[in-house]
Amino acid sequence: MTDTAQERPDPENLADTGLSETGVERVSYLRAGHTLKSWLLTTDHKRIAILYMIAITFFFFVGGVAAALVRLDLLTPAGDLMSNEGYNRAFTLHGVVMVWFFLIPSIPNTFGNFLLPLMIGARDLAFPRLNLLSWYIFMVAGVFTLLVLILGGVDTGWTFYTPMSSMFAHGQVVLAATAVFVAGFSSILTGLNFIVTVHRLRCPGMTWGRLPLFVWSIYATSLILVLATPVLSVTLALIAAERLFGLGVFDPALGGDPLLYQHLFWFYSHPAVYIMVLPALGVVSELVAAAARKPIFGYSFVAGSSMAIAVLGFFVWGHHMFVSGQSMYASAVFSFLSIAVAIPSGIKVYNWTATLYKGHISLDPPFLFAMAFIGLFVVGGLTGLILAMLAVDVHVHDTYFVVAHFHYIMVGGAVSAYFGALHFWWPKMFGRNYSLVWGRISALFIFLGFNLTFFPQFLLGYLGMPRRYHVYPPEFQVLHVLSSAGATILGLAYAMPFVYLLHALRYGSPAGPNPWGATGLEWQTGSPPPKHNFETPPVVTRPAYDYHIEMERDDDG
Amino acid sequence: MSDFVTLWPGQASAYSGEVDLLIGAFTVLILLLSAPVFILIVVFATKYRRGKPANRRHAPNRNVWLEVSWTLVPFLLLIGFYIWSTDLFVRLYHPPAGALEIDVVAKQWMWKFKHPEGQGEIDELHVPSGEPVRLVMASQDVVHSLFVPALRLKQDVVPGRYTSMWFTAGKPGTYRLACAEFCGTDHSVMGGSIVVMAPADYARWLEEAGTEGTLAAEGAALFRSRGCSGCHGPSATVHAPDLAGLYMRPVPLSDGTTVIADAQYLRDSILLPQAQIAAGYPAIMPTFANVLDEEEVLKLVAYIKSLKGGEEGQ
Amino acid sequence: MAEVHEPFATPGQQREAAMMGMYIFLASEMMLFSGLFLVALYLRLTHPQEVVAASRQMHVFLGAANTALLLSSSFLVALAVEAAEGGRARPAARRLSAAVLLGFFFLALKAVEYRMEYGEKILPLPGASTDFFAPAQHAFMNLYLIATALHAVHLTIGIGLLAVLAVRMQRGTLDLPARRVVVTNAGLYWHLVDVIWIFLYPVFYLAR
Repeated sequence: MTDTAQERPDPENLADTGLSETGVERVSYLRAGHTLKSWLLTTDHKRIAILYMIAITFFFFVGGVAAALVRLDLLTPAGDLMSNEGYNRAFTLHGVVMVWFFLIPSIPNTFGNFLLPLMIGARDLAFPRLNLLSWYIFMVAGVFTLLVLILGGVDTGWTFYTPMSSMFAHGQVVLAATAVFVAGFSSILTGLNFIVTVHRLRCPGMTWGRLPLFVWSIYATSLILVLATPVLSVTLALIAAERLFGLGVFDPALGGDPLLYQHLFWFYSHPAVYIMVLPALGVVSELVAAAARKPIFGYSFVAGSSMAIAVLGFFVWGHHMFVSGQSMYASAVFSFLSIAVAIPSGIKVYNWTATLYKGHISLDPPFLFAMAFIGLFVVGGLTGLILAMLAVDVHVHDTYFVVAHFHYIMVGGAVSAYFGALHFWWPKMFGRNYSLVWGRISALFIFLGFNLTFFPQFLLGYLGMPRRYHVYPPEFQVLHVLSSAGATILGLAYAMPFVYLLHALRYGSPAGPNPWGATGLEWQTGSPPPKHNFETPPVVTRPAYDYHIEMERDDDG
Repeated sequence: MSDFVTLWPGQASAYSGEVDLLIGAFTVLILLLSAPVFILIVVFATKYRRGKPANRRHAPNRNVWLEVSWTLVPFLLLIGFYIWSTDLFVRLYHPPAGALEIDVVAKQWMWKFKHPEGQGEIDELHVPSGEPVRLVMASQDVVHSLFVPALRLKQDVVPGRYTSMWFTAGKPGTYRLACAEFCGTDHSVMGGSIVVMAPADYARWLEEAGTEGTLAAEGAALFRSRGCSGCHGPSATVHAPDLAGLYMRPVPLSDGTTVIADAQYLRDSILLPQAQIAAGYPAIMPTFANVLDEEEVLKLVAYIKSLKGGEEGQ
Repeated sequence: MAEVHEPFATPGQQREAAMMGMYIFLASEMMLFSGLFLVALYLRLTHPQEVVAASRQMHVFLGAANTALLLSSSFLVALAVEAAEGGRARPAARRLSAAVLLGFFFLALKAVEYRMEYGEKILPLPGASTDFFAPAQHAFMNLYLIATALHAVHLTIGIGLLAVLAVRMQRGTLDLPARRVVVTNAGLYWHLVDVIWIFLYPVFYLAR
């Protein structure tokens, strides 16, 4: 395919208002249909990925505003900005929106949707119409959530513990539970689609052992999506039944048990955090291999570790309940298993490091985001091990230590990986290169801002600052001010990519099919790809990450 | 400790010191496990920078022994800490016999404490140092959690059951106490302090604090005023179990199993009497769930505990 | 002859994918009900006497009749799937219609049963007056109502699916045997609804 690139428009020339088009763009999925209807009724996985990207970006902003309100109020020990009730609604909104409307769909529904068929050499997902339905279900759930916000919010925390949520809370508990319930359907259908796609639509020669590690991680994530989400759905339905119809099964006066709710909730919500992080781990494998121009060290162990995390992740939920009143034997078992589940993550990190050995490493923005991920994810994961230690958890459970731990993984990890993916596959998705300098700057500021925001929170937690606290003892103020200052930097750093990535859509130089020189079927087709991904179906004959390995002295110096 | 910023919480007990030691040692381990990663990433990214001449021949793709070793070795080291940590944790479930028992009722949004002789406190708890203290806790409404950072302890307080927490406080002083499980609007102001006093000072404080009577005496009054003695008293016409000496005795149930009559059993018998029917008795005890709050139930439990075998009590 | 949708290459690939998708969906449905079974297990373990007594008050024979209805309807659906695979649309449509009828009878019997329980003051509908011998019976009946209502919702969806397919096959607008996987998948869904009832029945009616 020839690339008849036109000159990109001169930013100085205000008369040049047309979006210059490359020959590739003209025949790509982006131009296959110009109407709004062609986007809203699309079954093209690439367009659906972009629909999701727009939606989750919006929700990231909503959740971010809630976080800003929280961090602003925490600048002072007294509750100066919001009332106690208002503060409770703010952090609940932050949690609900960020977990279900940003983190869970973020990588799977944008990059999983866009890349999965491309990476396995397929023309689309197994069920394209179901894919579109998933997006609409997600949007309906989002509308419900906005309705919750407009109608005053909900103040139970994103964990909806009973009997607080079922019997005592004011606010839109049922509507919020419904919103999450509906979002769950979207998750389940997406996972179903991905699993069948990986099983049935791999192109000739694409054996399981040749799959990119991102595909392995999406597959493992999909197993969790399909099996864990329904448990959340039924648990939320039980809360709604109690509030709406008085049908209580958690009510202690009827012989019910609040701990039963906690078991049901965490049986989903612990695997859910692996839904949030496994795709990120898969992204990082891709970024590291491409940055080092080397196969990932220990491919089998890394692929297997994704599956191990998915399976083991179902057996550790009780580590959220060490001080809940559950039996000490149960706690001992959950503590052990929680240590076990950390091991596969450790394998990945060590293998990434080994991949860099004797590589050809380029410090482009994707790799910087990958390094940020590794640094922050390791801190988050190791503090998770601290939390798995029973005697320590008794002290730091329900404190800012936990808040710091999960933000290191979710934000420092998963969001960094999301941004890394954006910076890596943007040229593929839109056919334009962006400014590498600005990419590096935002990676740096995200890393610095993040650490300033969340590292003080480990100290706050060990000092005894409980979470979900609006008002706090004055001796904690300095650490809170540091954290809020970091949050400001982080917020600005997250806004930066919007500017230069969107700028690149119009003014970026045309990206060829493979601007990074990476392996993978997605780089063997145009940037942006044509509607059906490949002109001719690919046939795979080589392993994944088939980079040239120097054996004897080569000429590359 | 500076007033401007504290970086480490005070230690109010020997146990606190042990937890600090554990986390300190563990932090050393995880630094050892992770520092090589950070260092090597920087080293490799520099040494093997694209375009920079370096020896890249025979770059390895896999090395099973290496991978197995960096799987197993960290795991085994972590298990060592697991054993240490679990040992500390299990101690929390084995309070020494004869510990001073203080009843706690958590409700939105305050903590109510009752000493055995009846002294009541709200949001502030006086305890003697050097003696084991066991808190028996109940919630009036939602899940709360009693958290004393200086003791490195917390325990959720769950409606529908009794949970407990024990400690031996060391240094006299005033330490912060907080609710650590989100419980609604005023969760962040549901706190107070725990005041550790030398035993002599504690004894003096007990005398000076007002009391309406011991918990057991108040329980006895409730036993009569709420009609319990109507069925469980000596002159009752109804066939109801005798409560003398009942506490911690095995009770055969009508389904053939046997339970120990601990505080939880006594509480459930009052509030959910149909749950476990004593063998040989009709299932006719009414529930007092709408009549008694958690504090009153705790007093009744204290009363029943005081009943020795063979007599009804004071 | 068979219509192959994007992105499939062959009808066989499309069919296999459709069936795999349905199996995965059914696995998620099983996980949905597993939450309810977990609550039932918990109640049984913590309040064994009340659960047994409450279970004795259930209408065992109505429940048994409903079980028989569903099992028979599943049998008919299996026969319908077989007919569809052989390209015999009319017999398949008849068998599906019979299954739909049995499904309606199930719902009717369930309604009768609810009415009886309402009269016995053990159906905890909002606003209904109830008289339980123990709080745990109230919890048991709460769970019973939730579980059977959720099952009834799934059964109704199944009835809808089968009815639509029966009409299409009767009219000949479903291309058989090329599109037989649609009937197979609807049959699988129906069988799952049946299997869930097979577990619900002993949990609520036969606790001894």
